[in-house]
Formats: sequence, structure tokens, C-alpha cells
Amino acid sequence: MTYTVTAEGLCKSYGDHLVLDQLDLAIETGSVLALLGPNGAGKSTLVRILATLVAPDAGAAIVAGHDLATEPRAVQRAISLTGQFAAVDELLTGRENLELMARLRRIAPRAVRQRVGELLAEFDLTDAADRRAGTYSGGMQRRLDLAISMIERPQLLFLDEPTTGLDPRSREQLWDTVRRLVGEGVTVLLTTQYLEEADQLADTVAVLDHGRIVARGSAAELKAGVGQEVLRLEFPDARVVELATTGTVADVQAALDRYAAGGTAVKVSMHRPSLDEVFLSLTSTESKEVA
Amino acid sequence: MSFADALVDSRLLAGRCVRRSLRNPEAFFTALTLPVVLMLLFVYVFGGALRTGGAYVDYVVPGLIVLCAGFGAGTTAVAVATDMSNGIVDRIRSMPLSGSALLVGHVAASLARNLIATALVIGAGLAVGWRPTASAVEWLAAVAMIVLVVSALSWLAAALGLLARNAEAATSVSMVLMFLPYVSTAFVPAHTMPAALAGFARYQPFTPIVETMRGLWMGHTSTGTSLGVEAVAATGYCAAILILSAVAAARLFRARTL
Repeated sequence: MTYTVTAEGLCKSYGDHLVLDQLDLAIETGSVLALLGPNGAGKSTLVRILATLVAPDAGAAIVAGHDLATEPRAVQRAISLTGQFAAVDELLTGRENLELMARLRRIAPRAVRQRVGELLAEFDLTDAADRRAGTYSGGMQRRLDLAISMIERPQLLFLDEPTTGLDPRSREQLWDTVRRLVGEGVTVLLTTQYLEEADQLADTVAVLDHGRIVARGSAAELKAGVGQEVLRLEFPDARVVELATTGTVADVQAALDRYAAGGTAVKVSMHRPSLDEVFLSLTSTESKEVA
Repeated sequence: MSFADALVDSRLLAGRCVRRSLRNPEAFFTALTLPVVLMLLFVYVFGGALRTGGAYVDYVVPGLIVLCAGFGAGTTAVAVATDMSNGIVDRIRSMPLSGSALLVGHVAASLARNLIATALVIGAGLAVGWRPTASAVEWLAAVAMIVLVVSALSWLAAALGLLARNAEAATSVSMVLMFLPYVSTAFVPAHTMPAALAGFARYQPFTPIVETMRGLWMGHTSTGTSLGVEAVAATGYCAAILILSAVAAARLFRARTL
């Protein structure tokens, strides 16, 4: 097994606030790892450290075969960052944005036009190529942002909350684009607050809470850890109770009996746990009884 | 990272800044009309009432040049602050570019904008009767002084833009640079001011800068101090501001995390 990222013992504090606490992380080459966590869990800080923007207080990481601390240039050559805000110049056209970044990446001047043309077509921006990026919709800006990231195919692509603020259709389109890039062999570190996004895109999900990874596995494994089947009871007073069960008749019966004293449920249903439930059960104490 | 690479990065990023300036029509229009409007205002509205010994236009041209340079510095500070509050700076910092290429780009574009504004001040001055007595060598020295001032102010503006967290803050911080020339010998001789103010005006950086240009163009300073002394002071101030600001800007840029 080869890894594109291996990080050990990463720590980062801002003042008294401990953002990353002895964090270890490994991302297999060619896979998509989703970092899932509430706001302030340290997702963006981790991305910023691995993308050479911020130095960790302690710990070390190897990214694409290069030590983050001693060979940041080599790391920078292997990565591409798509941050929380679309990093496009709104006063430049889509084509100018791509041309500038291509030339900064030292694509030969004669090859720039061709590569930019290919990318515009690939990311469905040909018609808007000569309009200023400021006039683009949110989805188009994100596509342009991704196109810039793909000028030279990176070994590791950071997608920091790539669909925050996008409408559902644009989100679906962006997911398709990301799947296509993954198909080309790009390793992806995705951060998201949307569990559905992790479910859709990620091979591995790591749940980050208070600067530590509190759970890690495939989406299915994490869901299985919470319980195979969730029993949902709705009471007349609008109370909802969800109980994890193994899904067997005996187990469901026992769960129903336990809540018989609480009143007569008006509706009973069974469902498989969503990543949301995994997330809530792992990252907050009060919801544990619910799960 | 070779010097040649750093040069290419800076040139590409300066090109971006120039393009951005041209695409902001309101700011561009203001920057171009300001030198002319100020010239007309100072010469025809205020100039008649001001006694500086000789035609007021002969006195005021260096003052208007530094006033426009202060305004230009504000534009640069805002441009840097705007970039720093946008995702684009993270992308650029995560790319294998030379450290301060983005800042050098901003400063180069700032230099270009300010030299155009200076040329407009000089052109407008000549059109309304400014008659400098300078020789070709003195003209060259005056231009060198302008390039030095504008470079120093541009780096200072870059540092201020990095310190300010957003464009609004950058505007207020750089306001100081736009008003400081008024309390110097740029528009009126220092001895006409109240003693405390005159003391400040006499020794603040804009005075030797203005007096150096005045001495070069018109053959005499307004302070009575010799051109040589003013020129040494002006060069010293500018070099100090330039070096301190450039070092501070480079450090702030590296340390800056959103």
C-alpha cells in the first residue's frame, strides 16, 4: 500500500485554543479521504498545514513523498489547493485566470493556449471563457477553480468544502467532476460538513472532532458501528426517539418494550443509519442517547 | 528558486494587477483626473491667495506629486488588502512561486500607476504656466527622486495593506498618507504655520522630499536649507521607509494566515 499523505502527531494551537491535537492521518494513493467534522473541528487548519500555508507547532508529514518541513517547494509542485472560497480573480475572464495560472506553473507559452482551451472544454466553460469570472454563477466559479487546479494534474488535490453555498444541481455537477478527476488517478483530501458529500465521494471517512480523528473507516463501516438498523418511534406529543438495533425481531421487540411505558407511539419505522447519525453520535454527547 | 524565476513570477503577477486596475473604471478615472483637477484647484482657486514668492504653480508642483503619490499608495494598500481577503492568495501561496512575487507584482503595478499620475501632474503644470529652470541632469535627478519616493510609498502601502484585515481598514489606514503632505512645505512654507506645527512640518519626511524636487526644478528650496542637505535627508528617509516596509511586508506576507 502506498500513501500520498502520512502525518504524525500534528499539533496546532492559536493562542490558548488547541485546534489540532496529536493528529495522525494517512491517505492511500488514488483514494478519496473525506474529513468530516463540525465547524471549528480543525478541518481547514489541517488542510492549510498539509498545503504548506501554515507550519504545525509539532508533528511531521510526508506529502507526495516529500517532507513538509524541509521540502515545501517539492510538496507545492505536487499539490493543488481548492479552498473554501473560489480562488478565482473576478476581474479577469475565465480564460485569463487559467492563462495566468498556467504561466505561473511554467507551462511553455505556446502550450498555454492549447491547454487552457482543453480545460475550458473539459469543465464546460468554453461559452463563458471570455466573460469576467465575477459574472459567473457559484457553480461556474467552482468549476473554474477546479480547472485551475487541474492545469497540471496534481498528485494530491485538496477540496476544502467544495460545495458550500452551491445549489443542489451545481453540487451534483461538481461531484461528477470530482469523480472524473478521481478516475484519472488523483488522490483527494476532501473536507466537508455535508455527510452526503462524504458518502457520495469518499473511499474513507475520517471524523474530526476537537482536533482529533475520533473515527475512521468507509462510510458503510462507520454506519455499521452505530447499529445496523435504526428504530424510529414518533409519539403524539411530537417526541421522536431513535434506537439502534441489530435488526432482529427479538432486538426490535425488546426496544419497543423498553419504550412502551413512555406512551403509545403513533408511528414506527425502521431505517439504516445515515452518516448524519454517525456524525452526531461521534461528535456530541447529548445525541448519543438518541443513537 | 532562481532570480530569473522570481522575475517571471513577479512580472506575471504585476500584469495581473495592471489588468485589474484597468478593469476598475471608476478608480481608473479618478486616478487619471485627480492630478489635473488638483492642479487646477491649487493654482486657480487657492493659488491666488497664497504668497510663496513667485508664481504659485512654480511652488506647488512637487507638493501635488507627493499628494498624488499618497493617493496612489491608498489604492495599492486597498488592492493588497483585497487580495489578502480573497481565496486567491491561498492558492498563490500554495504554489511553488518565489516568496514575495505577489507583493512585488503589486508594487510594480503601483509604480506604473503612480508614474503615470506624476507625468499628468507635470504635464498639467506645464500647461498652466509652470516654468522649471532645471537642466537635463537636474531633471533626471528629480525623476530619480520621484521613483524613489513612489517605491518607498508603494512598499509602505503593501505593508499597510497586509496589516489591514480588509479593504475598508486599508482605506482608513492609508488616509494618513493622503493628508500628511498638507502638514509639510508641499503647499505653503512652514514658517506660515503655528510654531508647533511648523516644527513638525519642517522635519517630517515629505518636506525634504518636496524641497529636493523644488530645489532641482526651480533652483532654490523654500526652507532656506541647501538642496544638498534636503536631498540627503530625503534619500535617507525614502531608503529607510523602503527597506523597513519591504522587510515588514515580506514578513507579514509569510506570517499571514487567514
